Parts: sequence; structure tokens; C-alpha cells
Amino acid sequence: MSEFTITINNREVPAGEGMTVLQAAQQAGIRIPTLCYHPDLPPLGACRVCLVEIEGERALQPSCSFPVRPGMVVQTHSPKVRKARRTVVELLLSDHPSDCTVCARNGSCELQALAEELGIREVRVRVEPRGLPVDDSSLAVVRDPDKCILCRRCLQTCEQIQAVAGLRLKGRGYDSIVGAPFDTPLGHALCVNCGQCINRCPTGALVEKTQIPEVWAALEDPQIFTVVQTAPAVRVALGEALGMPPGEIVTGKMTSALRALGFDRVFDTDFTADLTIMEEGHELIHRLQHGGPLPMLTSCSPGWIKFLEHFCPQLIPNVSTCKSPQQMFGALAKTYFAEVAGVDPAKMRVVSIMPCTAKKFEAARPEMCASGFRDVDYVLTTRELAQMIKEMGIDFANLPDSDYDDPLGESTGAAVIFGATGGVMEAALRTAYEVITGERLENVDITPVRGMEGIKEATVKIGDLELKAAVAHGLANAAQLLDKIVAGAADYHFVEIMACPGGCLGGGGQPLPTSPEIRLQRAEAIYQADRELPIRRSHENPSIQELYARFLGEPLSERAHHLLHTEYTPRTKQAVQVE
Amino acid sequence: MAAACLCAETYPKIEEIIQAKGATPDSLIEILHAVQEEIGYLPQPVQEFIADRLGISAGTVEGVVSFYSYFTTVPRGRHTIKVCQGTACYVRGGKRVLEVVAHHAGCGVGETSPDMKYSLEVVRCIGACGLSPVMTVDEDVYERVKPTKVGELLDKYE
Repeated sequence: MSEFTITINNREVPAGEGMTVLQAAQQAGIRIPTLCYHPDLPPLGACRVCLVEIEGERALQPSCSFPVRPGMVVQTHSPKVRKARRTVVELLLSDHPSDCTVCARNGSCELQALAEELGIREVRVRVEPRGLPVDDSSLAVVRDPDKCILCRRCLQTCEQIQAVAGLRLKGRGYDSIVGAPFDTPLGHALCVNCGQCINRCPTGALVEKTQIPEVWAALEDPQIFTVVQTAPAVRVALGEALGMPPGEIVTGKMTSALRALGFDRVFDTDFTADLTIMEEGHELIHRLQHGGPLPMLTSCSPGWIKFLEHFCPQLIPNVSTCKSPQQMFGALAKTYFAEVAGVDPAKMRVVSIMPCTAKKFEAARPEMCASGFRDVDYVLTTRELAQMIKEMGIDFANLPDSDYDDPLGESTGAAVIFGATGGVMEAALRTAYEVITGERLENVDITPVRGMEGIKEATVKIGDLELKAAVAHGLANAAQLLDKIVAGAADYHFVEIMACPGGCLGGGGQPLPTSPEIRLQRAEAIYQADRELPIRRSHENPSIQELYARFLGEPLSERAHHLLHTEYTPRTKQAVQVE
Repeated sequence: MAAACLCAETYPKIEEIIQAKGATPDSLIEILHAVQEEIGYLPQPVQEFIADRLGISAGTVEGVVSFYSYFTTVPRGRHTIKVCQGTACYVRGGKRVLEVVAHHAGCGVGETSPDMKYSLEVVRCIGACGLSPVMTVDEDVYERVKPTKVGELLDKYE
């Protein structure tokens, strides 16, 4: 790549072949406002907010997609640019609903922030919003087409990052509308509920289906016993939504806040992550010793599971039968814990705090009633929990730390790393190695499966076995791995797949914004949390050992099968799903 | 309504067209043209079939079909009426002509009459402004159309 300089705002800045004007500006610390541009996506040049003036060019050009060339002279905020940019944003606002004060994205809306940055105080052209109906048919994602500015980030996300391609742009000009093909309501469309479209939507056009009112009602009802569980990735992201910098570990503050909200017991999904390792690890060992089916595919990510059911149902026998940690927790809370604590499970409500929108769908699956009741009643995203903490007036940053309750609160470092891509693989290998060989694993840090590369491969020597592992995150990467497996071109034993880029820490329910940089900071926090925990192997968790001794017997026992394992539903990849 | 026109022989015909044009995403628009020529319209099952055969999403196909006004997702009537609403025709009574045509044909713009006789469209100018207001039925051009004569004019078509 040849290096040269260009001039931006009368300043010489370094650039190189293949870079865009926006990249050169960002590298030099020069801000150009953007809207349809997103660091996870290829530039589209659709919104015209990032327009700049380039000497020798007849018209203003979108900096996000315009390539640099040696000696180029650029103005990012000349009077002409500012005037054009203001007009572009005013036109976007011309038919945008002006209900910012009651919008779910109030305070996190990029259009709102842009209007503020440009100092827009009036919109010269005003037309009525189209008055299109809100689609709340999905259990995970709510779409309000009136708030859509047609930036197409959601389309690109669904197609290029997730390989689902469940959204389309229909029509032309002012009448264009984004949605599922053939105007299918999202709840009946080809959708894996991953929520990555929500994470990239600049406005309130895509938001999660909230269950905050239901959770307040349960908390306020004196007859109801409320139990809450928190997923691994929530503790390294929640702070962001409450004014703290990315990468802070807020586990102790979060448990204190949950008590302040009024939950009767504050438990940890990390506990059932350790349990997942016990069950899934033994399932892997069983498959290795009894001829498969291999590779075994992980089952924790409900977005991934629904993707597989739609696009590759022939591999369902390869998926671990283990429920996700969320669902294992629900089943145990209303059986084991209810028994230990003497609580009537009929009067118990289990609430999950998840980095995920697909968990809302998973909790509502018809088969998730192993306890005899709905195992998990309500699922809140990290964002929804932050909202409740704000509403309660809790000074989160200054809360004292507190611990989880027993008996479903103790966990290990192997559990917390479930929140990062490669974490389930690493945790399973820590346990499988010691169970198979009977020897102590010297170094529990299995670094080849860590990091943000889309597909990672590793070979781990366990006794006589060379265990071949693969890890993918983001469903487009998963699809590549699946193609290889289906074609018989892969000889993996164990494959971990997470639907979202970076794993759960980049989940569709995490605080906004989520960028590649923020995902790295959350991942660092996850591995720091692992290092700081006294126990880092799931099978050494004393509460897990007690659970087996008192209640489950041994891994893969009949009771474990009934409560902790599940089956999957083959689906089609039809655009309109017949339920 | 859509399903009734899709008989068993339709899909082998579409398949033939796809084979002739090449089963790649690049051929999409050509295939859509030829299929609409063959069966008259592009209903949802046909769009899904084509998407599946070309290995693209149904949304991509629907995006193209909905973008170009040439493509239609409703069955076409036996005759296509186009009423000009360009500036010249409009100021010389084209709006009233359109209302009367819609009334006689029994369908609105972009629709097909329940008896499948007419499909009604609006065009923005056919380059015959000197003869305004203008309308066409299939290949026939009618000039200086009077609203009172519309019924008579349309009754000629079977």
C-alpha cells in the first residue's frame, strides 16, 4: 500500500491507497458527521450526511465511500458543506415523528444527536409522518417504519453479518419501506431474533420488545417471589448504559442494584454456565467415545439455534442437547431452588437479564416448561435493566458491591468467559481435559480460541486424542463453517458458534453504541474477570458439586436430561414462515 | 386470486426460462421480464421460486419487482388501459377521464377488474400532447378523449 498525504481543512494528514476520505480524517482526529456509515459495515453512501468538499470535484462527495488520492484537498466544514449537510438532515427530519421525548431511543438516537451537533433548531419543510403501523408481532424485535430513515444498516447487517437476509427494501423513493419480504410481520418472517439490526439502527425504528412493565408488576406484587439471573456478558457492559466507560466490570454494583429494585433472590446465569460445561463436556466425551455424531455444535446462543433450524436442519443431530444456561437456570429455579427454599414455584417469577434479544424468543419456546411451569418468565436486555435502574433513581456508579445469593449464585472463571467468542470452547476444554486425562491442566488460558477473528481453529492434545476445535461468531462466519461441515471438508470434533459478533458481549441487547473497539474493551473485561476469580474450572464449583450430590445425581442422569436438555425444531428458509 | 392462475405447468415453464437465461443473480431482471411475459404477473410464490433457484433472498427479488413499475404482482386483465396524466393531458381534462375510465373498468389505478377484463395504469406522457387528453388500450391510441365517450370506447373490447 503506497503512502502519501492529503490536505484536510488546511492540514496535511497521512493517507494510503485504498483508504476513504472518512478513514483518513478519522485517523487524523478530524470529525466528519456520519449517519448511514457504521464501522461494522461497508460504506453505502446512502444518507449524504458525510458530504465533504473536494477540490476539483464538481459536486460535494460522500467521504465514507470516496477514495483518497495523493495531493487531494478536502474541506469538511466549509460553508457550502455545512449548508448542504444541514439541508440533508432537515429533510430526514421533515417526515420524522417528533416524539423524541417518549421514544425508546431518547438519548441514544443518532439522528437526534446529529440534529443537536448541527444546531438544527427549525425544520423548514414539514410533512406528516406516513402513519404506518408499528409491527410488534415478534417476541424480540419491534419495528416502527415511521421512524426509519432508510439508511439500510439493518439490511446490510441481516445479510452480510448474519447471512439471514430477512429484510428488504421495497418500493421506490418516498414510498420505500424496510421490512420482511411480502410485508410479512416480523413474528412470522425469517428472523433469528438476534437483534443485531437493533444495535445498528440509528433511530427508534428497531427496538427490543420490552417486558419492563411485566417485571415491575411482578416486583410490586407481594404474592410473587421474584428470582433474577444475570448473564456473563451483562456485567461488563451494563455500566456503559449508566454513564461509565466501556470495559468496567460492574458485577457487584449490578447485584446491589437488582436488590434495590426489589428482587427476592439475585442469582447468576454463570452458575448454570458452569452446569452447562458439566453436561455439555460429558456429552462431548460420550460422543467422542461412542462414535458421534461429530462435530458436536454448541447450543447456548438462541440466535444461532434458530439460524440452524432454518438454514441447516440436517445438522440438528450434531447440536448439543444441552439447554442454554438461561433455560437450565429457569428449570432449576422452579424445581431445585423452590424445594430448597420452600417457595411455591407457581408463585415464583424468573427474570433473566440478558445481552440478547433472541433469549426472549428462547424463553417462550413451547418446550421450555421442564419445571411444570414456564421456566423463565421474563427476559430483559442489558438496556432494559439500565432503564429500570434509572427509573428507580439508583446512583449506580456509587453503589457498594454485593455478592450473589446461594445456592444458584456461585460461579467460576470458566463461566464468565461464556460472554466472549471462544469462551464456551475454552471452558469446555478446561473441564474435558481434566475429566478425560485425570490430570491437572497446567495453563487454563487456551488463547488460540480467543480474539475477534471470524473463524478460529485450534488443535488441543488431550491424552491420545488430538481434539480439533473451531469457533465462529457472527452468523455469516457460522454459515461458512456449516458449508464446510456439510460438504464433509472439515474434521472438527467440537464447534462453538455464537450468533453475534464478538459473542454475547456484542449481543443485540447490549448498550448502544456497540463498535468493534467497544467489543474489544468488553472482551478484555471478561478475561480480567476470569483471571480474578479464585476458581477457573467449572467442575470445581462447590455449588455445582452440591447440586449434583443433592439433586441431579451425575451429569447426563435421567433427571439432568429431563431438566437440562432439550430438542430442536426443523424449520424452512421460506421468507414467510407458517407456524 | 393469485394462486388460481398458478397451475402445475407454470413452474416447469419458469424453470425453462431460468435455464435459458442462466440461474445466476445477474440474470434476475431478464428472468423476471420473461416470466411476466409468460404468466402475466409475478405473484409471491413465483418470486420465492425464482429467489430459491438463483440462490438469493426473496427480499432481493421483491426489492427489484417493487422498484420497477413495469413489474406487477397482480394478474393482468386481458386489456391494459393507460390514461395519460402528463401536464398537457391533465390540464385538458385527463383527471376526469381517469375517473370515468376507473368507474367503467371497475378497478382503480394499478389494479385489475374483478372480471379480469381490464388492468388500469397511469402514464406521465406518451409524447402526444397535441392530441391531449390521451389514453391507450393495448396498442390502440385514443386522442382528445371525452369523458362521455369512454364507456362506448371501452365496450369495444372483449
